[in-house]
Amino acid sequence: MPVIAVLLFALGGSGDIWTHLVETALFGYVETTLWLMLGVGVSVFITGVSAAWLVTMCRFPGRKIFEWLLLLPLAIPAYVIAYAYTDFLEFAGPVQRSLRAAFGWESMQDYWFPNIRSLGGAILMMGLVLYPYVYLLARSAFLEQSVNVLEASRMLGRGPWRTFSTVSLPAARPAIAVGVSLALMETLNDYGTVDFFAVYTMTAGLVDVWLGMGSLAGGAQIATTMLVFVVLLIMLERMSRRHQKLYQQASSRYKPLPAYQLGGLKAGAAVTVCALPVVAGFLIPVLVLARLAFIYFDRSWTPDFQLYVFNSVALSAAAAAIALTIALFVAYSRRLHGGKILAFATRVATLGYAVPGAVLAVGILVPFAAFDNTVDALLRKYLGISSGLLLSGTVAAVLFAYVVRFLAIAMGQVESSLEKVSPSMDMAARTLGYRAGQTLVRYHLPLIRGGMLTAAMIVFVDCMKELPATLLLRPFNFDTLATHVYEFASDEMLGEASLGSLTIVGVGLIPVVLLSRMISRTRQTLGASAD
Amino acid sequence: MKSTLITNSDDPLNAPRPLLEVRKISCNYGLERAVFDLSLTVHRGEQVCLLGPSGCGKTTVLRAIAGFHPLLTGEICINDQQVSAVGAMVPPEARRVGMVFQDHALFPHLSVRQNVASGLRLFSAREQKSAVDDMLDRMGLSRHAEKYPHELSGGQQQRVALARALAPKPLLLLMDEPFSNLDQELREHMGQEVSDMLKENGITCVMVTHDQNDAFALGDHVAVMADGAIIQWDTPYNLYHQPCTHFVADFIGNGIFLAGIISTPTRVATSLGDLESDTDLKMTVDASIEVLIRPDDVVHDPDGPIRAKVERRAFKGAQIMYTLRTAEGITLLALFPSHANFEISDEVSVRLAVDHLVVFERESEA
Repeated sequence: MPVIAVLLFALGGSGDIWTHLVETALFGYVETTLWLMLGVGVSVFITGVSAAWLVTMCRFPGRKIFEWLLLLPLAIPAYVIAYAYTDFLEFAGPVQRSLRAAFGWESMQDYWFPNIRSLGGAILMMGLVLYPYVYLLARSAFLEQSVNVLEASRMLGRGPWRTFSTVSLPAARPAIAVGVSLALMETLNDYGTVDFFAVYTMTAGLVDVWLGMGSLAGGAQIATTMLVFVVLLIMLERMSRRHQKLYQQASSRYKPLPAYQLGGLKAGAAVTVCALPVVAGFLIPVLVLARLAFIYFDRSWTPDFQLYVFNSVALSAAAAAIALTIALFVAYSRRLHGGKILAFATRVATLGYAVPGAVLAVGILVPFAAFDNTVDALLRKYLGISSGLLLSGTVAAVLFAYVVRFLAIAMGQVESSLEKVSPSMDMAARTLGYRAGQTLVRYHLPLIRGGMLTAAMIVFVDCMKELPATLLLRPFNFDTLATHVYEFASDEMLGEASLGSLTIVGVGLIPVVLLSRMISRTRQTLGASAD
Repeated sequence: MKSTLITNSDDPLNAPRPLLEVRKISCNYGLERAVFDLSLTVHRGEQVCLLGPSGCGKTTVLRAIAGFHPLLTGEICINDQQVSAVGAMVPPEARRVGMVFQDHALFPHLSVRQNVASGLRLFSAREQKSAVDDMLDRMGLSRHAEKYPHELSGGQQQRVALARALAPKPLLLLMDEPFSNLDQELREHMGQEVSDMLKENGITCVMVTHDQNDAFALGDHVAVMADGAIIQWDTPYNLYHQPCTHFVADFIGNGIFLAGIISTPTRVATSLGDLESDTDLKMTVDASIEVLIRPDDVVHDPDGPIRAKVERRAFKGAQIMYTLRTAEGITLLALFPSHANFEISDEVSVRLAVDHLVVFERESEA
């Protein structure tokens, strides 16, 4: 629905800003966005695939730990890492200070230092926190590859490298493509980083046109352009997923993968390759934030801050609960009836995750505002009172955006856990005298409890991190942790923002831990089912 | 009442009212027709098997009886009550039908006792306990009452599934490939055990399987299905010895088809000599036919008229199955006792010992 609203509004919107945009900024926005996506795509591909291959196919000291350490950067939103590195690398920051001390430089003129607040910097930041998407999917693709195929390849005379490039990599290609497209969707969604680094992508442009120029129509028009990108990404993802099903026919028998034992220099190199993204993507930013948070603790730990935490938690929890309820309802009715219309509705409903938060915000605000205006006009006309804003600019709008955007995650989790419950389980319960609803409560819910909890957790954390939609839709003077952090950071008060950033990272760690536990558990059950 | 297409009672007048009547039902599976005008009658205490290759619609029939699958035509009655008709279905939970599944479908979060008790929630706690205890005792599961499904072996899980289905005393027990998750040895053992148990307790049962051994172990009558219809309804003995179509003859047991021509109403001329039948073949003279030759119809006889070369041998313990090729280029399957031990390419003399000829009209060769 929000998507349709964007399209309609963009078509009927005020033309003057559009022509103005086309003449001036739009191509710049598109060009920057393309460069950013290309850069992020390449960097997540290289980092994610190499790390995944090393931890699955090779044996070197610390491999087991790296397996889940490599997931940690996922906990950090791109804007938070951007703030951390800005502080770390700025003129007065520790890196430049020690460089100056080491080489005796005095001022900025004495040396050249790359400016992190640039397109390159944004690519680096996003690459560092988004590579886990590729890593996760590539890793499971490598794990699920039939050992026999790999062994056959070795028997046919290919060395480890040729086996990787001619067998493993092509077979994992669809999974990697899914990972890259997910990372790119996040890139498109990002507002905090690009705003802070003054990189004018389409998202930045959209918020600018809307908040800066006050033109919702202009925003909607940029949003439409972005939707073209979104559609392309969705197509890439869906196509890859279809291939993935063909390529990853995991053999039911679990065999430990043949591992290349690395020693000496090679092991050192492997450790370095794996450690680099963890250190740069997690350790450094967290340490920087922790130091700042410690220094500024008294100034940031205020009643206001506690209110923001409460706002964030309450909103996210509500969104998670709503999303989960809808997901459960839809998934279960699909299981019972399995109609084509329902299947189509689910697919549409789950497209939300691909739509950038800023676009979604426009799409929600337009119909909500129309509704409010209509109600308001009617009431004024007949009752002489003004209803004011009922939906737009309320917490309900933010909540709605969260649910639309993250419903896909809840759906995916609930559906896959329901799928694991054999259909004969339903039939068994029915023949034992339980109606469909009773079956759900008595037998399905206990069985899918784990999956439900994971889904709730992931939705919760994603809502906590979500910035652009919150920023655009929140009521006046209403702040969540994310917007609070953003506002302080935009005012260059990184110290005050650090405690909030650190809290977001801390909360973000929960699903990452869950995820890594889930991964190790699937390995165990695979192993257990083999005998 | 109009007599149904297939009856399993020799004397319809004296027969008691059947427990399950499936009358001319048709069902779709997905968008394709999976069951065509199928009828089936099962009497109290009878065990019936639907046997057929995968995709023949047998599971769809079972699901229709259980109430999980709607009908396009026909009706289903259980205990003289209509439970399924076009556009009208009594929900599965109200049919008093028990079901055992291929994957057992035990509730993994409940103990054995709780699993068996799941169908008894309308009983008082005391009745529940005594019914469950009784059931567990009868199945030899008393020691495992507090265990969880994953702690049990395949055979034990099978028994729990059966106990759970039988505990509410259903009118009819349905089983969907109940033994296919068990390994070969256990499978035969369980088949026998379940068959005995059902007979002792007079339980009416419809089972679906693609494995003829399962079907023969359990079914008083077996319905061989293909392409959504019942091809032959008979006892296991008759299915093997008097298959009514080429398909059934091919599907049940081993054997080859030998081309021949009817020379007299009780005599067939084949390239391996003339064969005499003990009954009238009811075929026109000179008709092109094929004769079913089972491996046990081919007898090792040093003075036998047929000379053949051993092409393949499969050792089966007490017996050896040989694939033979005659001088005329005809392939025969022969089951000899293990004492008659031949190597590949050895020359063997055999004769055909067929009393009751199974003869089909020859399908025009494509």
